[in-house]
Amino acid sequence: MIEAILLTIATAATPLLLAALGELVVERSGVLNLGVEGMMIMGAVAGFGAAQLSGSPWVGLLAAVCAGALFSMLFGFLTLTLATNQVATGLSLTILGLGLSGMLGESFVGLPGLKLQAWAIPGLSEIPLIGKLLFAQDPIFYISIALTVAVWWFVFFTRAGLTLRAVGDSHVSAHALGLRVIRIRYLAVLFGGACAGMAGGHLSLVYTPQWTENMTAGRGWIALALVVFASWLPWRLVAGAYLFGAVTIAQFHAQAQGVGIPSQFLSALPYLATIFVLVLISSNRRMTMRNTPASLGKPFVPER
Amino acid sequence: MSDTDEPPTLQNTLLKVEGITKTFGTLKANDRVDFDIVPGEIHALLGENGAGKSTLVKMLFGSLQPDSGTIKWRGQPVTISDPMDARALGIGMVFQHFSLFESLSAAENIALSLGGEVSLSRTAAEAKRVSDEYGLPIHPDRLVGELSVGERQRIEIVRCLLQQPELIILDEPTSVLTPQEAEKLFATLEKVRREGKSILYISHRLEEVQRLCDRATVLRLGRVVAHCDPRAETAKSLAAMMVGEDIHDVDRRKAVPKEPAKQQPVLVIDDLSQPPTGPFAVALRNVALEVFPGEVVGIAGIAGNGQSEFFEAVSGERLQDRPERIRIRGKNAGHDGPSGRRRLGAAFSPEERLGHGAVPGFSLSENLLLSRHATDGKTYVGALGTIKSRALTSALERIVQALDVRKSEADPLASSLSGGNLQKLILGREFDRAPALLIANQPTWGVDAGAAAHIRQEVIDLARAGSGVLVISQDLDELLEMADRIAVMSDGRLSETIPTETVTREALGLMMGGAGNGEASAKNSPMLPEGTI
Repeated sequence: MIEAILLTIATAATPLLLAALGELVVERSGVLNLGVEGMMIMGAVAGFGAAQLSGSPWVGLLAAVCAGALFSMLFGFLTLTLATNQVATGLSLTILGLGLSGMLGESFVGLPGLKLQAWAIPGLSEIPLIGKLLFAQDPIFYISIALTVAVWWFVFFTRAGLTLRAVGDSHVSAHALGLRVIRIRYLAVLFGGACAGMAGGHLSLVYTPQWTENMTAGRGWIALALVVFASWLPWRLVAGAYLFGAVTIAQFHAQAQGVGIPSQFLSALPYLATIFVLVLISSNRRMTMRNTPASLGKPFVPER
Repeated sequence: MSDTDEPPTLQNTLLKVEGITKTFGTLKANDRVDFDIVPGEIHALLGENGAGKSTLVKMLFGSLQPDSGTIKWRGQPVTISDPMDARALGIGMVFQHFSLFESLSAAENIALSLGGEVSLSRTAAEAKRVSDEYGLPIHPDRLVGELSVGERQRIEIVRCLLQQPELIILDEPTSVLTPQEAEKLFATLEKVRREGKSILYISHRLEEVQRLCDRATVLRLGRVVAHCDPRAETAKSLAAMMVGEDIHDVDRRKAVPKEPAKQQPVLVIDDLSQPPTGPFAVALRNVALEVFPGEVVGIAGIAGNGQSEFFEAVSGERLQDRPERIRIRGKNAGHDGPSGRRRLGAAFSPEERLGHGAVPGFSLSENLLLSRHATDGKTYVGALGTIKSRALTSALERIVQALDVRKSEADPLASSLSGGNLQKLILGREFDRAPALLIANQPTWGVDAGAAAHIRQEVIDLARAGSGVLVISQDLDELLEMADRIAVMSDGRLSETIPTETVTREALGLMMGGAGNGEASAKNSPMLPEGTI
């Protein structure tokens, strides 16, 4: 019983972690993309459709990643090249994604989906309790963990990561030093889109292998909250994603068992935790200064 | 620089600028600018704000592209299309508004400009070597956001020196330093010159230029008006070249106030203490001050030592714990907001002109109303809150006449005025009320010399007409010129006032440095050791 619950927590947490990792990189570059939900749902519909057409869930996953990335470039073109307001553009990206995916996926409703099968690593997955939990998961779970390590290493231990943080801290200074602000931000937005697309693909290829309209159900917004919750640090993102995942699952079980806690309270818990963490981190001046991208959301227009 | 000696020095010339022109819209920011720099010289670029100095150096550093003209580096024409190109040639730049990243450590900031995968520990070691060599102490592991302005500048200079440039461009380097810090900077620059490197030194502080620079190029309205040897000139003749007319000395002869002690002070600040408003703000500690009618009191200090917080407290943007902490003309004002304090006879001119002193997207007459509705409501606002635009327009006309505000149309947006003209308007708006008390923060910051002299004279005249004036400024020369008494603010504390006749720049500099030599912010970060690098 407990093992089954823990297994589903990882499945619920993976799309949150992936989408949030992508957004973390985007925000570290100083761009606020509120279109995560829209990019996720585009990934979900593209992933489902491509899997149906090709008969392979792997092709579906690839399509999901590409769809998210492609959709993010619309945001990139508007906010980076045309310097539009990032908040408004991100919101419209979400609304557009939800509508567009509903239209594209109309014929998919009710079709049985293809599921990306879990990989059980021989030997390791036999370990009691943690074996199933860590070594018998779906492939995207492994990708999400590998990506967390990669993003952490990239952001804090490579020169490119230092450049990314510099651009997010002050695009004016970065431009003065000759860093290519717009190009770096385009790449970050592209990565964010690909991650959100993959997260959407996880929903329609692993979590619930089918297509329903609005199937992201606000997960893109949770991912956005998670980035702030994690104070832009990749490892805290894992903690946050699993916390949110656990609460989601606990909600289902509490309802099924008839536990007397209102489900609304449970769904609100992670947000309360986010507020609590925000208050905590803002009291540490050095941490805040170090990790909050100071030029977040500010459009950059180079002087000519 | 006559053209006759050009051929023999051509090989020697490091940088030669010929006929550079840059136009923004209808404004010629640079108009056929010529000058050259030889190795081992400190070359001054002089000019008022808006003369085109920044535009010129931005083109030399690749941030802007000239419309026409050539830049020759060691005799070869070059195109500097971005800062990377400039750096590859051997041009380094120390910006006036530093191009540093506050959330990154000093070492990370330096690494970013070095190019290639250089490990942070090696960068830090290199930085330490250079900082020792040139006497520029820095802490590689500290976040730039935690450092004083002086140390930030040292990081910029170390970063620049690490790239082994042949030419270093310094943009107004001493505007943020105490006199003592400036002395250390000059020593570093002399050492750089002895090594055969060249420096392009941008400043409008003429004594510095005369002391340090071998040659000077003077710009006015985008054109070169003179090439000269600054040591052969007087400060006055240099200033005249910059402005194109003789600058009138500010007249303080009527400066003796009539026995201020016997009069009632217009402003009393009584043991004002308050906690910091945010993580980057400074606490005010036991600030006490009296301002009498007829005098100008100056508050000196390096930026970020509590001046902004002090202004907020006095202007009523932040209220005090007890009403009697601040008394204006004998009335307790500590619990009144800005409008309440204006009604008591006070007037305020904040440091930040756009967004604080004026609404950028509002016309001048609308901005006029914003500070006058409390005190002269009846004059400008009619029944049902209708704005009396005719009264406003005539008041605007009066202010524009009185202070010689230059504007392009009858009632333009505040954002379309230049800094100096907007400042004249903001001050004029307050003068027009004949306030009993004027509190001005950085009244001539970023204002060209001619307009600054005008503003200072107006402020002094207001005091001589019987008002009390409190001026907060980082410009010591300005305070020495205007003020009757000067106090120094350091780390949120205000010193006793000293009569201007008895004060010296050196004494003020030491007080401005405080105990920690300008590193007030270091005390606020106990999580870091104070150790050396």
